Amino acid sequence: MQTLSNINVQLNDAPLDQDAFLVIDNVSKVYPTPSGPHVVLDGVNLSVREGEFVCIIGHSGCGKSTLLDMVSGFRQPTEGQVRLQSEPIVKPGPDRMVVFQNYSLLPWFTAFENIYLGIDSVWPDKPKAEKEAIARDHLALVGLAEAADKKPKQLSGGMKQRVCIARALALRPQVLILDEPFGALDPITREELQEELLKIWTEHQVTVLMITHDIDEALLLADRLVMMTNGPAAKVGEILEISFPRPRNRSRVMESPLYYELRNYALDFLYRRCAHDDVE
Amino acid sequence: MATNISTRPRSNPYAPNWGSKIIKALTNFVPTLVAIVVFLLIWQLLCSGPNATLPGPIQVLQDTWDPLIIDPFFQGDGTDQGLFWQLAASLKRVAIGYFLAAIVGIALGILVGVSTIMFRALDPIFQVLRTIPPLAWLPISLAAMRDAQPAAIFVIFITAIWPIIINTGVGVQNIPQDYNNVAKVLQLSKPKYFVKVLLPATVPYIFTGLKIAIGLSWLAIVAAEMLTGGVGIGFFIWDAYNSGAISEVILAILYVGLVGLLLDKLITFIGKLVLPED
Ligand SMILES: Nc1ncnc2c1ncn2[C@@H]1O[C@H](COP(=O)(O)OP(=O)(O)OP(=O)(O)O)[C@@H](O)[C@H]1O
Ligand SMILES: [Mg+2]
Repeated sequence: MQTLSNINVQLNDAPLDQDAFLVIDNVSKVYPTPSGPHVVLDGVNLSVREGEFVCIIGHSGCGKSTLLDMVSGFRQPTEGQVRLQSEPIVKPGPDRMVVFQNYSLLPWFTAFENIYLGIDSVWPDKPKAEKEAIARDHLALVGLAEAADKKPKQLSGGMKQRVCIARALALRPQVLILDEPFGALDPITREELQEELLKIWTEHQVTVLMITHDIDEALLLADRLVMMTNGPAAKVGEILEISFPRPRNRSRVMESPLYYELRNYALDFLYRRCAHDDVE
Repeated sequence: MATNISTRPRSNPYAPNWGSKIIKALTNFVPTLVAIVVFLLIWQLLCSGPNATLPGPIQVLQDTWDPLIIDPFFQGDGTDQGLFWQLAASLKRVAIGYFLAAIVGIALGILVGVSTIMFRALDPIFQVLRTIPPLAWLPISLAAMRDAQPAAIFVIFITAIWPIIINTGVGVQNIPQDYNNVAKVLQLSKPKYFVKVLLPATVPYIFTGLKIAIGLSWLAIVAAEMLTGGVGIGFFIWDAYNSGAISEVILAILYVGLVGLLLDKLITFIGKLVLPED
C-alpha cells in the first residue's frame, strides 16, 4: 500500500495473497490469430476477499471480459490459474453466476420460468413448491413480483436486467460476475439499478466482480477499483481503495471530498497515464 | 329512428370499428378482384380467335361444369374418379412422404447442427443431393421399390427432406451464444438443454424448412404421378391431355394451384400455433 494524500493505491508489484477467497494468479491469455499470437492479458494478478465488491475498469478491448470469462470458466488462461477457495476453475458453474453484457433471458419463457429453470437445474431434488417459492422471492427481491408472468419482450431493458440479477442470485452463487450490466440502460434506470444492486449486495454479502465503464458507478458500489492498463498485453495497472463508509448512499458519497480525489485519480490514470494513443 | 341514435352512448374510439374493418378488407380485396377480371378478359380475348389452340375461360367452364365441377365426389372404376378423390389421392401420398421427411429431416438437421464432425461429414453430401431434381429420383425409386405407389411417396420424401435438414441445421448452429452460455452456467442437463433451449430456439427455422418443403412436395407429386399413373391429380392431368380434354387440364391445374396455396397456409397456421407471438 502506498499513501498519496488520503488515497490508498495498491501498485501491481504488490505481493499476491495466495490464500484469498478468489485468486487470479499470474494469468495470461494469448489468442492465436492469422497474423501471429495476440497477447491480450499478460500476467494479471488479483486477489479478492469473500464478500468483497470489486469493480474493473479499463479501455475498450483491453481484455476485461476475457479476464472475467476465465473466472466464470468460459475460457481458460493460456498461463497461470484462477482459483476459487483454492480450487482451480475449469468450467462454468452455478457457483459463479454471470449477468451477461447482453440480455440473456430465454425469450420463450416468462420472467418466472427463466428464474425457475436455473433453480430446477441446480437443485433437482428440492420439492417443486420450494423451488417456486425461491423463484418468487427473488423476483420480489428485484421488485418484479408483478411481472412474473411476462415474457422478456414485454419487459423494459432495466426490468430484463433485474430478472437476470434475480436469476443469478437465486442460485446462491459464491461469486456474482457482472459484465457492464447497466451499460445499455438510460441514466435514470441505471442509477435505480445501481442502488438496488447496492442494497442487494449489502443484504446478501455475495462476492461481486463487475466490469464498468462508469467511474461514478464504481465509486458508489465498489470496495476496490481495479484499473487495467491498455492492451495488447494488458495487466492490472493500479488498484484504488474506495473507503467510503457503508451503508452508502449516492448523495453522501458524492458530498465527500475524497470522492473528487478518487475520481480525478482514476480519470488521470485512464485518460493521461493510460491514454489511448493508438486507434481502436 | 333518429331518437334511437341520439340515446346511444358515444362510441369508444379505441373499440374495434366494424365499418372501417370492412372497408379495409374491401380495399385489400378489390385490387385482387380487378386483376382476376382483367386476367380472365385477356385470356378470353387471346383464345377467342378461330385459330386458338386453347379454350378460353367461358369454354373451360362450359366443358367441365358437368360432371367435373358439380360432382367432385363421383366414384367410378379405376382412375375414373371425381376431382376430389384425385386430389385426395395425391394429398395422401404427399402427407406420407412429407411426414416421414419431416421426422427424419428434423432429426438429421439437429444432428448436423449439434455436431461439427457430423456437419463436416454430411453437409457436402446433402449439398450435392439437394440439387438433384425430384423426378431424377423416380427411376431409381421405381427400380428399388418395384411399385409405383411407394416410389411416388419416396420421391416426395427425398424432395422434401433437404430444405428441412438444412434449415434445421442452420437453426441449431444459429442458437445465440448467450443462450448456450446460460445453459452452461446453469449446467443444464442434456435433455433439459434440448427441450428448454435448443428446440424453442430452432423451431422458427424448422418451420421455414417445412414451408419450403411442402411447396416442393406438391410440385413433385404432380410430376411424379404423370409418370407413375394411378388415381391422382397428376395422372388425371396427363390422361386428360392425352384424350384432348384441354379444358379438364386447365380446371385441374387451377385446383392444383389452390390446393398448393392451402397447404402453404396450413403450415403457416401450424407454425403460428407452435410459435405464439413474434
Ligand atoms: N476469441 C477471440 N479470438 C481472438 N481475439 C479475441 C477473442 N476474443 C477477444 N479477442 C480480443 O481480445 C481483446 C480483448 O477483448 P475483450 O472482449 O476481453 O475486451 P473488453 O475489455 O471486454 O472490451 P469492451 O470494454 O469493449 O467489452 C480484444 O482485442 C479482442 O479483439
Ligand atoms: Mg467486454
